[in-house]
Amino acid sequence: MSKLKYALYTGCTAKESTPELLKSTMAVARALDIELIILEEASCCGAGHLQDFDEFLSLTLNTRNICYAEKLGLTMVTICNTCQLNTSLTKEKLDNDESLKSKVNQKLSEVGLEYKGTSDVKHFLYAIIDDIGVDAIAEKVTKPLKNLNIAPFYGCHNIRPSSLHKNNNGGENPYVPNSMERLISALGGNSVNYAHKNKCCGFHVELQAPKTANKLSGDAMLDAMDNDADVVVTPCPLCHLRLDVQQHNISKEIGRDVNMPVLHLPQMIGLALGITPDALGLDHNVSEVTFL
Amino acid sequence: MREHTKRKVIFKVFRFNQETDHLPYYLKYEMEVAQDEVILDILNRIKWEFDGSFSYRRSCRHGICGSCAIKVNQKPVLSCTENVFNLIDMYGNELVLEPQDEKRAVKDMVINKKNFWQKYSKVKPFLVAEINNHPKHENIISQEEVDLLDESDYCIQCGNCFYACPSVKVNDEYLGPAALLKAFRFNADIRDNAKNERLDIVNEPGAGVWDCVKCYECAEACPKDLSPISKIGKLHNQIFQNNKAINNVATRHAVGFKSSIKKHGILDEGELVRYSEGSIGVLKHLPEAYTMWKKGKIVMPWNMPKSKNMDEIKKLVEISSTVDF
Repeated sequence: MSKLKYALYTGCTAKESTPELLKSTMAVARALDIELIILEEASCCGAGHLQDFDEFLSLTLNTRNICYAEKLGLTMVTICNTCQLNTSLTKEKLDNDESLKSKVNQKLSEVGLEYKGTSDVKHFLYAIIDDIGVDAIAEKVTKPLKNLNIAPFYGCHNIRPSSLHKNNNGGENPYVPNSMERLISALGGNSVNYAHKNKCCGFHVELQAPKTANKLSGDAMLDAMDNDADVVVTPCPLCHLRLDVQQHNISKEIGRDVNMPVLHLPQMIGLALGITPDALGLDHNVSEVTFL
Repeated sequence: MREHTKRKVIFKVFRFNQETDHLPYYLKYEMEVAQDEVILDILNRIKWEFDGSFSYRRSCRHGICGSCAIKVNQKPVLSCTENVFNLIDMYGNELVLEPQDEKRAVKDMVINKKNFWQKYSKVKPFLVAEINNHPKHENIISQEEVDLLDESDYCIQCGNCFYACPSVKVNDEYLGPAALLKAFRFNADIRDNAKNERLDIVNEPGAGVWDCVKCYECAEACPKDLSPISKIGKLHNQIFQNNKAINNVATRHAVGFKSSIKKHGILDEGELVRYSEGSIGVLKHLPEAYTMWKKGKIVMPWNMPKSKNMDEIKKLVEISSTVDF
């Protein structure tokens, strides 16, 4: 089998507030023999907020990002659920609307680019599950996550809307997602079944409605805690910024102490593959990773 | 090929009578289900074969009246269109039937939908127009003008999106997806004259579009595939396009993305928070900023990374912008 190669759209947080996500993604890719070419040309996906302000501008910018993956002839891989959502929404709109596509391409032609629609857009979680497979990943495990209760937190934008994602997330059912459970069991851990695993963390209203955001994150963390989780794991850095970084504010809002390590998906995989905590950037996690 | 085999299912059913019960409870009903049966058939069979006091709303049986909406294993469904075999394939042979919102149960599957209708009535959910009582000719609406509604007139007010919305669950003031979709429906109607008033209503901080958490639960819950969240997005756009945006943390947060992208390509996270909150408001974030800084999660302005080929990004921002703030 030829070496797997993807164009990596890092998103903004992996270069700023969650450096451990980029570090652990690169380390896991090396261990799984995947080549990731970082799209350094890419700009922010707009996170749904630029879309609220100026939909057409956000479409042009996101299309430009995809163009760079197309230039390399590679599938674009994302490591942020919201990047995944906004990039695939852009792709879906352009691929189904010739006149919109030509409008956007007319703008892109002024900077020497053209969108063709030749590159798929996939989140890293589904790229490795689809293209490597959980069994092959299980074979590479050297330090199984034994006796560890791991609560998967999916994050909205990888699973909803399901009609958008179905071709790129293995048809994950948003009401009963199971890809992370399959991965956790391949890594030797126990997955925690809890009602909030597919719910919202509130990130997108964090500034204008902090109460809402803290209540939603709190509901998720308490549910994981009350179901005996030792650690939460998420494929989304925005969820991570809430569930890990905001535990103090969450506790204040909901009146119960929340104190639990939260891992990025590649950090969890990396630990099972025997990669050192340092190489996974665990020192950047705010809530101490105590189970090591 | 039609499957003739029946499947055995245990239905675990939420039971509650506001007048006599202190707390709700669940009863199990075991039955053989045929391939063509929908959840409404099961509700009928529980009532007819097991317990005549079992209560639920139903009317049209054709997915158009919106009365029979409930939850099966937390998935919002219209009972009359939801095939039981499909649900068994998803969840296995035990299916949990619950009302849309357990806390609002009156009797079994019947809930008090007052909060839904109250929110709904706040957005002027009707056409506001001067009507000529004695028209001399038809008022022709072109297909393009109908398309502007983006099917939002297909909403059947079942409430599935509203009761699935996490923002509604934690914020009593939030209008929620159904009411906002309805606001969009009449704002997209070329005959309507109350667009500005509706924009003022949906622009209200704490209640309007700015409290949507962007989780897409409403898009998933809608039995008519209307994607209420995409209509909420369009209301956001209308607010900016019609100069209705109030200068506040939510609007600056949306606009801040553009200036940041123009400057760095990627988002300057620290600057976005400062710009959105204002120089005084940002101070309340100092404790978490300090925690993040200690953990190497804050990039200082002088180290802010930039995307490659910034000239392209700047040019695209210049030539593709369609709205000002």
